[in-house]
Amino acid sequence: MSGLATIAKRLLEALPTLFGVILVTFMLTRALPGDPAVFYAGPAADAESIAQVRHAMGLDRSLPVQFASYVEGLAAGDWGVSLSTGRDVTEELSRRLPASLELTLLGLLIAIVVAIPLGVLAATRPNSWVDHICRIIVTTGVSMPVFFTGLLLVYVFYYLLGWAPAPLGRLDFMHIAPDRVTGLYLVDSLIAGDVEVFRASLAHIFLPALTLGIFALAPIARMTRAAMLDVLSSDYIRTARASGLATRTVLFTYALRNALLSVLTTLGMVFSFLLGANVLVEKVFSWPGIGSFAIDALVASDYAAVQGFVLAMALLFVTLNLTIDLLYAVIDPRIRAAS
Amino acid sequence: MSALLEVSDLSVEFRSRAGTVHVLDHVALSIARGETLAVVGESGSGKSVAAFSIMGILDDAARIPNGQVQFGGMDLLNANRRDLDEVRGREMAMIFQSPRTALNPIRKVGHQIEDVLRRHGPVARGDAKRRAIEALEQVRIPDPARRYDAYPFELSGGLCQRVMIAIALCCKPRLLIADEPITGLDVTTQATIMDLLAELGRETGLATLLITHDLALASQYADRIAVMHAGQVVETAPTASLFAAPRHPYTAGLMAATPTSTTSLDALESVPGRIPPLNADLPVCRFAERCPRRVAECDDPGPRFDADVQAPDHYFACRRPL
Repeated sequence: MSGLATIAKRLLEALPTLFGVILVTFMLTRALPGDPAVFYAGPAADAESIAQVRHAMGLDRSLPVQFASYVEGLAAGDWGVSLSTGRDVTEELSRRLPASLELTLLGLLIAIVVAIPLGVLAATRPNSWVDHICRIIVTTGVSMPVFFTGLLLVYVFYYLLGWAPAPLGRLDFMHIAPDRVTGLYLVDSLIAGDVEVFRASLAHIFLPALTLGIFALAPIARMTRAAMLDVLSSDYIRTARASGLATRTVLFTYALRNALLSVLTTLGMVFSFLLGANVLVEKVFSWPGIGSFAIDALVASDYAAVQGFVLAMALLFVTLNLTIDLLYAVIDPRIRAAS
Repeated sequence: MSALLEVSDLSVEFRSRAGTVHVLDHVALSIARGETLAVVGESGSGKSVAAFSIMGILDDAARIPNGQVQFGGMDLLNANRRDLDEVRGREMAMIFQSPRTALNPIRKVGHQIEDVLRRHGPVARGDAKRRAIEALEQVRIPDPARRYDAYPFELSGGLCQRVMIAIALCCKPRLLIADEPITGLDVTTQATIMDLLAELGRETGLATLLITHDLALASQYADRIAVMHAGQVVETAPTASLFAAPRHPYTAGLMAATPTSTTSLDALESVPGRIPPLNADLPVCRFAERCPRRVAECDDPGPRFDADVQAPDHYFACRRPL
């Protein structure tokens, strides 16, 4: 089967999942405590004006009817209007999603760049000092909550040392955001050729991304180490050694590529953890991403916004899983043959 | 006849949680150019460990307290990694049991051959591919140009073992170590693989160290046979003289346990007992516990054989030989 047909098939298979997500989110937001009609009618409202607001919001209709009109809207690309900001949910999300993605991806990149070499080193020298350092980092990484790591980094690098800018978003008021192409400031500023803005956005994103990176590092390093140890004791590595292949070839061409199969599975999981951890990190660093938007929406019983956020996350997961599967097929010929 | 490979006085120990395991005890083996030596023994007799120590691919937990391995004038045990890598794959090569897992599962077999070719000499890009296909052709793989692009999972066990042999022989080594090369293959494939090895050995003047638990197989393909038990070489002799007159009781026991075309299955006898645990204090003769001919003097310290009764080409380690 060609690559495109596989992708199309996988996307079709994701449709039932997405429908389930839509249904469950809808039910859950309705089950949450708090009445949006009361919330938006204001503290001075009487029973009659609350009822009016409720009617205007369509919340006096039965749940199935509400759900049907919600799905109908989705099918037409209408995700509803956020009651707390008054804007279209799609507009809110598309404005904020790049900020979250940029943060998450950079965090993941930092984690990968540190964790994979660390895991490889630890596996090739078991019980050496590298292995012990790897173990310490892994334990620290899993036992420190992200908001704590974030606050600690802010305290040290902003408050004590003054090396980092204030944790107040993507850029300070002295810089103007680059023209939007991808929505990722690091990329857009480079496209615009504006080195100063690039530097400023890097300075701002570094601490929150590092926070996420430290969180993501532990599972990746641990998995890399375990997978490498496993692969290094396999028969084909013995064959490679008996053939006199150079250590470099044995380690990277033979061992690491095989170990990456397990690491890739972990990467998928770590990425989804990161999306969750994002919500906290965005709060600590006042990052204008979808995580902080979702929390605000949840507090305000902003149904459309919450539903929109969860749906966006679900879509992101589907894309992520598809990407991982495609990467698998790139590395592993056995999977290519099976599909 | 000058020996191509000379293993002498080789002991290997493994450190484990259960104490030190004495896997090899003063092992001596030698192979002349172009000769096939079979090392025969039950599992746990140290055959593979001997092969791994020659190739320098022992586990990290292994220690070699004494012994020499001389290969073509080179001291392999004291060679540095770089010199060893020059020899491994080019001068001596090894094939393993279970060929499926012994090949990298996610690399084209052609590329795996090329990796070895490139490592052991400057090869131009196009040349490497041509030579890899030639190597596949040499091991009689049908349609080698197409199989060059195959992954191990797309090939049968027999074809995978042929690919292993192609990898081992692509640099035209002088010694091939074949560690149970046909275990796990089906019976008809076993015969073709063994015949192929014998044929290639004759064509290229290759010396072969054949490691097997199958005495019948060894008798069919080997010029000489070394019998191992519990990490000790108990008897070494040319195949014909070994079968004509085995001197060590263990060799005789193995022969009684090996089916031939003239014996019925009922007539087969097993060697009683099992290999002693190698992490305990071991007697001088590790076969003594299982030996029907054991006498009190078997437990005395000192060499396990009487130098006077040894024939020059027939070694046996027994104080009360047959």
